[in-house]
Amino acid sequence: MENPNAKAQRHRQLRSNNIDPIKQMRENHPSTNSEDDQRSSLLDLARAEITESSNSKTRTYGGFPDPGSGSGPSEPQAPFPDQVLENVLENVLHFLSSRRDRNAASLVCRSWYRAEALTRSELFIGNCYALSPTRATTRFTRIKSVTVKGKPRFADFDLMPPDWGAHFTPWASALAQAYPWLEKLHLKRMIVTDADLTLLADSFPDFRELVLVCCDGFGTPGLGAVAAKCRYRSHLYSSNKLLLLRVLELVESVVEAVGDEEVDWISCFPDSQTNMESLVFDCIECPINFEALDSLVARSPRLKKLRLNQFVSMAQLHRLLLRAPQLTHLGTGSFSANDPGGVGELVQDYTTAFEACRSLVCLSGFREIWADYLPTIYPVCANLTSLNLSYADVNAHQLKPVIRHCHKLQIFWVLDSICDEGLQAVAATCKDLRELRVFPVDAREGTEGPVSEVGFEAISQGCRKLESILYFCQRMTNAAVVAMSKNCPDLVVFRLCIIGRYRPDPVTQEPMDEGFGAIVMNCKKLTRLAVSGLLTDRAFEYIGRYGKLVRTLSVAFAGDTDMGLKYVLEGCPNLQKLEIRDSPFGDGALRSGLHHYYNMRFLWMSTCKLTRQACQEVAQALPNLVLEVINNSEENAGDDIEVLYMYRSLDGPRDDAPIFVNILH
Amino acid sequence: MENSSGSYEKELNLEATELRLGLPGSDEPEKRSIVRSNKRSSPEASEEECISNGSDVTSDHQDNVVPPAKAQVVGWPPIRSYRKNSLQQNKEEQSEGAGMFVKVSMAGAPYLRKIDLKVYKSYPELLKALENMFKCTFGEYSEREGYNGSEYAPTYEDKDGDWMLVGDVPWHMFVSSCKRLRIMKGSEAKGLGCF
Repeated sequence: MENPNAKAQRHRQLRSNNIDPIKQMRENHPSTNSEDDQRSSLLDLARAEITESSNSKTRTYGGFPDPGSGSGPSEPQAPFPDQVLENVLENVLHFLSSRRDRNAASLVCRSWYRAEALTRSELFIGNCYALSPTRATTRFTRIKSVTVKGKPRFADFDLMPPDWGAHFTPWASALAQAYPWLEKLHLKRMIVTDADLTLLADSFPDFRELVLVCCDGFGTPGLGAVAAKCRYRSHLYSSNKLLLLRVLELVESVVEAVGDEEVDWISCFPDSQTNMESLVFDCIECPINFEALDSLVARSPRLKKLRLNQFVSMAQLHRLLLRAPQLTHLGTGSFSANDPGGVGELVQDYTTAFEACRSLVCLSGFREIWADYLPTIYPVCANLTSLNLSYADVNAHQLKPVIRHCHKLQIFWVLDSICDEGLQAVAATCKDLRELRVFPVDAREGTEGPVSEVGFEAISQGCRKLESILYFCQRMTNAAVVAMSKNCPDLVVFRLCIIGRYRPDPVTQEPMDEGFGAIVMNCKKLTRLAVSGLLTDRAFEYIGRYGKLVRTLSVAFAGDTDMGLKYVLEGCPNLQKLEIRDSPFGDGALRSGLHHYYNMRFLWMSTCKLTRQACQEVAQALPNLVLEVINNSEENAGDDIEVLYMYRSLDGPRDDAPIFVNILH
Repeated sequence: MENSSGSYEKELNLEATELRLGLPGSDEPEKRSIVRSNKRSSPEASEEECISNGSDVTSDHQDNVVPPAKAQVVGWPPIRSYRKNSLQQNKEEQSEGAGMFVKVSMAGAPYLRKIDLKVYKSYPELLKALENMFKCTFGEYSEREGYNGSEYAPTYEDKDGDWMLVGDVPWHMFVSSCKRLRIMKGSEAKGLGCF
């Protein structure tokens, strides 16, 4: 326990030097104001944990303490100025919202650590296995919102068996016990069961927001439980009971019909008026009770976001639009009419319905689009800031009359069926475009595709404010990539996927090194990069030299030798997430990152040239690192390993690893 | 890097002028096995030292086995199975040339129907079914005049994206190339007759 006089003296020193502690913090830990991970060293955290004594949770008053009141009971009586400062500190920290700033603040000293822990209300866990749920709930006692992420991104692409882990259940029980006042839960790539959802619904009377992204393991029964039970805080002056739930969003999560167990979850919402603001279920692969949905929308006056699944037809959408013209975000469902025998309204009526939606800014869906219906959205195009046509096989001819109106568009997701011509049309109109994603209709490797460097370059010419791009294509030239690096200096995310592996620049036959080099060189704000095409170690040399802000890097079928990976591990101080597949990086490269691994969220390397031996060495050198060696196939490839998934952990390796996961220590 | 098989060398020589370093299209020799290769790119790379980066080609690159062009590599390209499945469903529904379930639309009616072409054995059967389904008549088909005189005419979009008059090509050809059907107004369909 530190001498309180020394502490008081230090505080006086700070004040007399006119040092603003928050400003000091920012200068020491430059933050880029974004949503990503803490940069604090794991060892510091661990040390803080160890030395933190059990009386850390002594203060029990609410957010705004009375400066004159007493101090923590078990501590020796601190001098008055110190106490005031701590109270002031808590008040100030209350307003700190960025978790990076908070992480930095917590490292200043023990009292800041304590104050920060008491005032944090949003808990972000980037890797569910980085710590035990208990550790989180012990340190942070006043959490109202929790985000937990599970599987690594490459699990989406079947590079890992589905039962690898990331179970939400242990977190569910820990959160249920520790935070009965919990309001929001966001989960990504976790396995969530119906039982988990039921526990949520039962445990949190104030619960209002559930967002599940890329999750699976649950079905309509779990949804029904959430819809039914997340409610009923009776209003003080009336006998009306309110549905507290405001947000229920299922994004790209697998929800399939499981035979008899299917539940009409929409009907589980209470009959009274609801507070629902957002209902997103476009990924649910089973039909829903439309009448119940219609009725739900009718009694949800605050509903702003509604994303329907493909089992909602055009005619049904029409009805819903008439019910809820106040919508700002709409997912249209199928956007085709399959009413057997139903004599639906004329196309004109649909246009009228859209016309009534004056506030619509975000449009998606179009799951089974019948392109003749596309013109019905003309009335809303001029206001759209976000348009997602990435499930709609629309060609350039069909796109042009629509996109021509979309002057305010900032986010555009689309299939490459629109061809270079369609992209040119986008470039001509969407001068405010910030994010573009072009997905392939046909994902097989081929020589020619519908989009190429032509459309890419057109976009770079026309959309100078571009910040984020994901582009799948069969061919790309260095020249076009270089052009984009110069035309779009605000790029933060650059993900180019040339579907043909090892493909060089088709014009010069050169590797794609120069193109990606230009991106890291010229796009000074770049934090996320995905590379493809034929790449040599030189590309990685560029990344290591210029990619100083890069936090996420995805590599596949690239590089020549260990040097490639070494450049990156030695050159990119902000690297957090590194995912590599099928590249010739081996043990030497792995060892070169020892100084940095504790600062990373994870390292994924599959089908590279790592040996078990080297991984063992790393595991021994860095005891707080968990190295999971995963074997996908039956045959043991001997000393070579197939998949290495490596991450830091404060609580050692997990205890729920399946048989095909071998954890090295 | 010398290669043992003489014929293999000859094969490569034919393509030498193409200077392909990556995985080319369909002319890749069939006999190469599918390997989830972490080794360097293509055979040509070691043959013609045209890599300018100066890095050494290590002995590990002897194999240079590359998968056939259209081999499906696990998890590549990186598209979520969720998205792939959705597109897959759509493509199946559009029945690319399979000619089984096709969507049928009708001018003026904003609803679609779906029919299974395999169920019908001939044009008369199909046309009768369509007439029943949409409560319309097509009248007599003649090669020269098409469905001249009738209020509606059946048309279809073929594999090439062209709109054709139903009946112009032999039945089996129609079934294999029809992507979707549309019942147009007689006046609309006039331009589709055989020239």
